[in-house]
Amino acid sequence: MISIQSEDFDSGSEYEALRDSGAGTGAIATFTGLVRDSGDTQNVSGLFLEHYPGMTEQVISGLIKEASRRWDVRKARVIHRVGRLLLQEQIVFVGVCSAHRGDAFAACEFIMDALKTSAPFWKKELSEAGEHWVEQKASDVARGDAWDTGDRQP
Amino acid sequence: MTNQTLTVRFFARLREELGTEQLTLPAEKDQTAGDLLAELARRGGPWAQLQSGQPVMIAINQAMAKPATPVRAGDEVAFFPPVTGG
Repeated sequence: MISIQSEDFDSGSEYEALRDSGAGTGAIATFTGLVRDSGDTQNVSGLFLEHYPGMTEQVISGLIKEASRRWDVRKARVIHRVGRLLLQEQIVFVGVCSAHRGDAFAACEFIMDALKTSAPFWKKELSEAGEHWVEQKASDVARGDAWDTGDRQP
Repeated sequence: MTNQTLTVRFFARLREELGTEQLTLPAEKDQTAGDLLAELARRGGPWAQLQSGQPVMIAINQAMAKPATPVRAGDEVAFFPPVTGG
């Protein structure tokens, strides 16, 4: 299930919902991303997140299908927040249920890495100096590409 | 009667710098997304960056596309900067 929302989320209840995925689930991997204070500009007070409604959900749905093709994925949950966010607020949640930990770790990391380079979200940093659109980082592109070239196959 | 236009959408930094969120343009025969970018860049001013500035990503009907991808009447074409979510 995919949610794009401005409201915060409760990772505890998301984890509990993932536990309810059948007796075959032996591992749950979750990732939570927070707004942090070391972006491209100094004294960042928060972020503004813009997205392309409709396409965002389609891209993430495709990533979950791709992860399910490559690994054992019994249930997956992605939440991404949009709008105005303050420092240390939760911004993204990815959770994956698998039979074993290797698949859960890999699928969770793949969905997160691929989301960063293919889902249509854009971050703008807000600071005393004004506003600044964040630029895509080469390190994020390299992490995303590594899954395509087979460097990250389990 | 079929729709003979294209919807063109812009996001994030491009939306702000072009001062434009959405355009409706007539659909041309045998047009690609790259042709459309070149045509828009000829408007000059901030529009020139569509060809000479930072990389522009393309989506057609909400799926990632390339400059060589054809665009047809009724399509929704979007241009935006490289994505930075997560």
